[in-house]
This record gives sequence, structure tokens and C-alpha cells, in this order.
Amino acid sequence: MINAWLRWSRENELAYLFFRNPVAIVAAIIAILCIGGAVLSPWLAATDPYDIASLDIMDSLIPPAWSESGDARFFIGTDDQGRDLLSAILYGTRLSLLVGFLAITFASVLGVTVGLMAGYFGGRFDAIMMRIADIQLSLPAILTALLVDGIAKGLLPRGQHDNLMIVVLTVAIGLSLWVNFARTVRATTFVERNKEYVQSCEIMGMHPFRIMFTHILPNIMGPILVILTVDLAVAVLLEATLSFLGVGVPANQPSLGTLIRIGTEYMFSGEWWIVIFPSAMLILMIISINVLGDFLRDALNPRMR
Amino acid sequence: MTQLLAISNLSVKFPTRFGVFDALEGVSLDVNAGEIHGLVGESGAGKSTVGSAVMGLLQSPGYVASGEIRFTGRNLVGLDSDDYHRLRGDRISMIFQDPQTSLNPLLTIATQMIETIRQHRKVDVHTARQQAINLLKETGLNDVDTRIDDYPHQFSGGMRQRVVIALALCTEPDLIIADEPTTALDVSVQKQILDLIRTLCTARNIGIILITHDIGVINEITDRVTVLRAGRVVESGTTEAVLGSPAEPYTKALMAAVPRLDKRLERFKNIIDDEPTELDDTHWKVEGASAGYATDWLLTNNERAHTSDALPSVSERPAILSIQDLEVTFGASGLGWFNRSHGVKALSGVSLQVMPGEVLGIVGESGSGKSTLAKAIVGLVNPSAGRMTFRDSELPPGRQRTRAHPSRREIQMVFQDPYSSLNNRKTVEHIISEPIQFYGLTDNESQTRKLVASVLELVGMPQRAMVKYPHQFSGGQRQRVAVARALVARPEFLICDEPTSALDVSIQAQILNLLKDLQQTFGLSILFISHNLAVIRQMADRVVVLQNGQLVETAGTESFFNSPQESYSQLLLRETPSLTF
Repeated sequence: MINAWLRWSRENELAYLFFRNPVAIVAAIIAILCIGGAVLSPWLAATDPYDIASLDIMDSLIPPAWSESGDARFFIGTDDQGRDLLSAILYGTRLSLLVGFLAITFASVLGVTVGLMAGYFGGRFDAIMMRIADIQLSLPAILTALLVDGIAKGLLPRGQHDNLMIVVLTVAIGLSLWVNFARTVRATTFVERNKEYVQSCEIMGMHPFRIMFTHILPNIMGPILVILTVDLAVAVLLEATLSFLGVGVPANQPSLGTLIRIGTEYMFSGEWWIVIFPSAMLILMIISINVLGDFLRDALNPRMR
Repeated sequence: MTQLLAISNLSVKFPTRFGVFDALEGVSLDVNAGEIHGLVGESGAGKSTVGSAVMGLLQSPGYVASGEIRFTGRNLVGLDSDDYHRLRGDRISMIFQDPQTSLNPLLTIATQMIETIRQHRKVDVHTARQQAINLLKETGLNDVDTRIDDYPHQFSGGMRQRVVIALALCTEPDLIIADEPTTALDVSVQKQILDLIRTLCTARNIGIILITHDIGVINEITDRVTVLRAGRVVESGTTEAVLGSPAEPYTKALMAAVPRLDKRLERFKNIIDDEPTELDDTHWKVEGASAGYATDWLLTNNERAHTSDALPSVSERPAILSIQDLEVTFGASGLGWFNRSHGVKALSGVSLQVMPGEVLGIVGESGSGKSTLAKAIVGLVNPSAGRMTFRDSELPPGRQRTRAHPSRREIQMVFQDPYSSLNNRKTVEHIISEPIQFYGLTDNESQTRKLVASVLELVGMPQRAMVKYPHQFSGGQRQRVAVARALVARPEFLICDEPTSALDVSIQAQILNLLKDLQQTFGLSILFISHNLAVIRQMADRVVVLQNGQLVETAGTESFFNSPQESYSQLLLRETPSLTF
């Protein structure tokens, strides 16, 4: 088993570099724990924090189990609603990651498509798309998200709005992140486009979209992979920020950002655990994903070695 | 003669995670003052490693494992970096391959030269400037007094290389290492630079190590030569002795692989084998696949297939491709809504014809429009004027050619760089079967698979190659795959754009042999583009010379090489370094 691993890592450049980089290994373990915990939260968590009926207001604001007035049932305490904080964090992480993944998928599909087309066709299409990207870049991500949220609020009936909040968040975050993909993909497509394997496809008379997606795309996966990881962290952070500002998910389904927002209200009244634990979770997750992204960027870029 | 440099038993090792790679093993050579010592070998032979080892610039993690490098009696191995720094540039200089990148584009020539001179000599700016001017004059630059304040991009490639040489001479070194100093230059400039190096060597009594892959260059100017292969010295001695009567089979094979300018050979003989194929590669077969199957398949439904007995009638047939007054302009009113420019004419008024079954050679220096011509024919470039006729029907230019146009299958192309012409993320099977499937040439997948295996065998590759990826092959093998890809489309007309200029001579000989064989078997019409006149002589039936986008001369190969009519053709032929023994 170990031999097989070693053999694989010797043949695979990426695996080889990974197993020689302790920081990347630690980051990967933390990221896997965070993501695994979030995905498995319905089975791991002691209580379901979304089930309002199970909440008891008498349990609210209980400090962590190891402090004097702690309760063994709630290992890291409860929030103001009487929710078990650990369960809430696991569920919240799940929600944050769900929005993050959805948003990043939306952003990458949009950005990669636009980038490929701009890089491949060039000319006027490229000029127009890149000016749109410039406009998008000049709007802060939060502003875009607030804008989308505002429009959604105006268009959707009140009851619908809460249900569709995840979709609204996804679109908002996706819209503010697609530019990264589009610009990088465009630049790398420019390089690939002039390579002779692309020319040989053109000479054959292959459809441009087939050239873009079956020939160029696999060759530019490296940089895309890097942005995917780095921007996943950004998306999770954006979701947390928006929820913190109260634009995000409804309060009865707290995400990490919602939990942190609730926590800040109690920060100076002694109930420190409500803000510290969700924040620690968020920071750990973001840092580990970012470190992985950095590792990928260096490993996939031969000049950095 | 005083001995300047003596390398004895030098071994350089590069530790990698796959084990220690011996870049050099027991290399010994010496250089005297006033002598040019040539280092020749194929890529990976360790030529440049010798240069870096002498300069103390071995790339990490490489190191000198054993041996001595004695420079005027002093051992350079193990010298500390400060001492080396003083030696480098001061007493040992280097001339690099590409004058585009070895000069700083943001500084004027004067700044760069004065800085170098003052780094090593305590002189004031004016003296340094005067020295720089003298040096540039010595290297044959014109109008030095005014041009010294120009930037590198304002010089042509040859002029820039003269500046680089002047820069190397700044500190009056005893030894110069010239690493492929003329490889990036056109033949007509190459000759001048080589002459300059020779003159400087004699006049200043400098020892020069000239590193090159081109035996023609070695023959032209070196006094002594060392042939390297895989980090070991194969043969060493005076140039006359080594090239005149090579003792080692490798040297003989290397020389046999060099295309000759003085006569046409039917095939390259006695060439070096590519790396041996692994044993399990030869046993792996697709059922029913063989080179014969590929030949039969390529010849069926193929009315043009003719053997050599049909060749005499070539002149009576109508041309397969004829081009009239083709003009290609780049950059004319392209993107801008505001600034409409007239652009640069890459080709103007080019007319030529390719007969069926003929190899037409296109020759010219860089910028002469050779590749633009190829791109115009395949429709990658939009001509601004002119007509193209292919097989009696008009060939729509550029964008107007529909994707389903039959010529897209009938005209195929083999590119220069086999490292970029194959998609690295696809298997060889995928790469070769793509045209088959795209043009719908087979009935089912098993036939396609059989055909891919067969074609691979036809171009001299093991069938097992089809399950591998391009990066697992050498440049020559990749080029074979590229030829196979062009072949399976059953083309009538093949364009080869510098198909061997990215390859070593021995590999070049193999690919040229392959193309000759295929041309004879399938009676292909080929447009063969090359900057190398000797390659053209070996391949082409007729020759077209291009200069600055204009057609200079069209002639039959034999008459062109024996009595070129135009002065430019004569110049090209005269300046090409050759092996004539």
C-alpha cells in the first residue's frame, strides 16, 4: 500500500511535491476535516439547530463545558437562542460551503466560457467582454452582492425571498468572482491559441467551440485549478461577510457569518464563545484552503521551483 | 602557443529525484590562446554544461563531481564565488545564443558597455565611452559614434550579435565561450559573425570555445574540435583530422546525417538510431494492424496514387496548386476604429505552381514570408489580393473557406515544432484518430484503432505508442506522430513548414528519410519550407526563393544549386556553411 503510494508519488509530479511540503499536508488535513465535518453535519451534530421546536430558550448563553457554569450537553456552549454552538457551527459551515461551491461553480463556468471566447476570438468581442470585466472589477464584491440582493428583494415576493436566498447569494458572489477566471483564462488562451496544435485543428475546419473546450481547456486547467481553490476561500468569506451584514441567509438557518454576527452582539458582555468559535472555524478553513491554493500555484508553475 | 585552459577528467552530476544524472563524465579538452576549439554534439550531449562549468555557472543542483578546470594554471574547481566573480567577465567572457535576450532592452548600448568596462577597470566615463566606441568599430558596426546611444531593438539580429561580441570584449578577456553564437541568425549574417569571431581570435590572441550543434560551422572556423555524446568525449583532435577522416562510428554517423549542399542523395545512410524501443513495446499489437494495412488503406480510393514510373509525365499534368499574385498584408486597419494603417506586406505578388507528385522547396531567411505563404494556403491567413487554385477549382481564401470545404482534408500540414503541434493532454491514439473521425474516414471504432496502430507502424513507431502521451516521446518521435496525423487524412497535398529545424541532425535525417519514403509510396505533392538550403537540396524537385515577401527565383533543384541566376540566390548559397570533403 505504502509502496504503491510512493510509486504513484514518484511518477506524479504534483503528488511528489505535495508529500514533501509539510505545510500543504497540514492545510489539506484541516481543509478535509472542515469540509468533511460540514458535509457530515446531520450525522455528527448532537442537535439540529434548524429545528426551532427542539430549542429551549432556557439553554441560551450557556458557556463552554469546561467553564464553571458549563453544561456537558453543550461542549462549546450555546448562543442566544439556546442552540448548541458546535452543531450550529457544523451546520453553518455546511451552508457556507454550499454557497461557496455553488458560487464558484457559477463563476468558473461563466468566467471560463467568457475567457476562452475572448482569448480565442479576440478582436471586438474580446474588447467588449474585457470592458465589462473592468466595470465588474471596479465594483467591490460586496456592492455587487448588495445590488443583486436588492434587485432580488424587489422582484421576488416576500415569502419567496427567504427560500431563494441561497440562489441570490450564489448569483451575487458568482458575479463578483467570474472576472478572475475570465481574465486568467483569456490570457492563457491567447498563449495556447497560437500554438501549432490549435492551428492544426483550425486547418481541419473544426468548430471553434470544439477547439476551445476539448483542446485548449485541458491545457489551461493548471491556472484554473489555482483560482478555483483561492476563490473558493474568497467565496466562503464573502458569504460570511454578507451574512454578517445581514444580507445573507435567514436567521433561522445560521451560516458561519450569521453566527459571527450574533456573536459580536455579545462580545463585550462576557459571552465570548459565541463569536470566537465560529470565527476560528472560518479562519482555519480559509487559511487552509488558501495555503492549498498557494501550493498548487507554485507546484503547477515550473518557474517557481 | 600558450595553453590557456585545460580541462581534465571533468565530471558534472545533477542529482534529481530519479537518481543522479551524469551530465559530463571524464571530459578532457584544452584550449590554446589564439585558437578556436569547437564543441559539437546533439542536444543533451553536455556541450553547454562544459561552458557553464568553466564559467562556474552550473545550474543548481548541478555540481562538479571530479576533475580539474585549469585556467592559466589555476584550478577553477572549488573557487569561491568572489574570486570567480572577479575572473568571470574580466578574463573569461561569454557570448550567448540569442542576441535578443542577452542585451538589456531598456538600456542603450553605451550604458551597458560603459557599465561593464567601469566594473572591471578604474576609468572615467569618457575614457570608457571611447573604449566602447573603439570596440564597436572593431566588431564592424557602422556609424558607431551615433548608434552607440541606440537601444538594442534598433539593431538587426546580426548587428546586435556584434554588440554582444563587443560587450564580451570590453574587459579584454583571454578566453571567450561562445554558446551557439549564430544559431539564431540567418545564414547570410551567420557567415559575417563567424568571420568576425575568427578575426578577433587571431588579432587579439584570444582562446575561444565555440559550442554548436552545426557541423558546418565547426568545419568553417574551428582549429580543433571535440565531439561529445551523452556527456562523454567521442573524438577529439584537429578539425581537419576529425572531420576529414573520422575514426569513431558516431562521428561518421553524425556527419552522414548532415544534409549535403553539393549533391543530392537518395537517402541518408548510416544514421544513428533513435533511443532503443523498450522490449514490451514491440510485443504490444492491435489485432490485424500492420504497416501494409495502412499503406493499402491510404492507397485505396485514391486515384492520384502513382508510382515512380508516372513521374516523367509530371510536367504534362495540370498543376495541383497554383497561386497567382498572392499578397498578404498584416496589421492593415485591423482592430482600430480610429487609426487605419496600411500595414506590412508579408507577401506581395507571389505566383507559383505545384505539380502533382512534386516536392516544391520554399527557401528564404526569417521574415521572407515562407510561413505566411503556408498559412495563406491552409486558410489561416487572409490574403489581401491574389488567387489560389487547388485541383482545378478556386480555393477560397482565409475566412471565406467553409469549415466543410473538401480542401481542408486534401491539404494537410506538418508543423515546425513537434512540442507545440501535438496536444499534450491527449493520447497519441486520440491525436491520430481525430482527423479520421472528423472526416468520417472509417466505418467503426475498431477499424479506426487498427488504422491508428498501422499508421504508427508505417511511420516507424511501435504500435504501443498509441496509448502514451506526447510528452513521453522525443522530438523526433513526436514529429513522426505529427506526420502520421497528417497522413491519415489521406491528403493530396502536404505542407511541411520547417519540419526538421527543431530537431537534431541525426533525427532530422530520419524524418527526411521518412518523408521521402512516404512521398514515393503515395505520390504526395509536398510544399517543403525550410531555411536550410542543404535540406532543400535533399528534398525538393524544384526550388522557390523568397526574400522580403517577394519571389526571387524559381528553378529546378539541380540547376538552382549548380547555377543560381539571381544575385540573392548566389549570396545565400555562398554563405551557407557546408561540409565538403
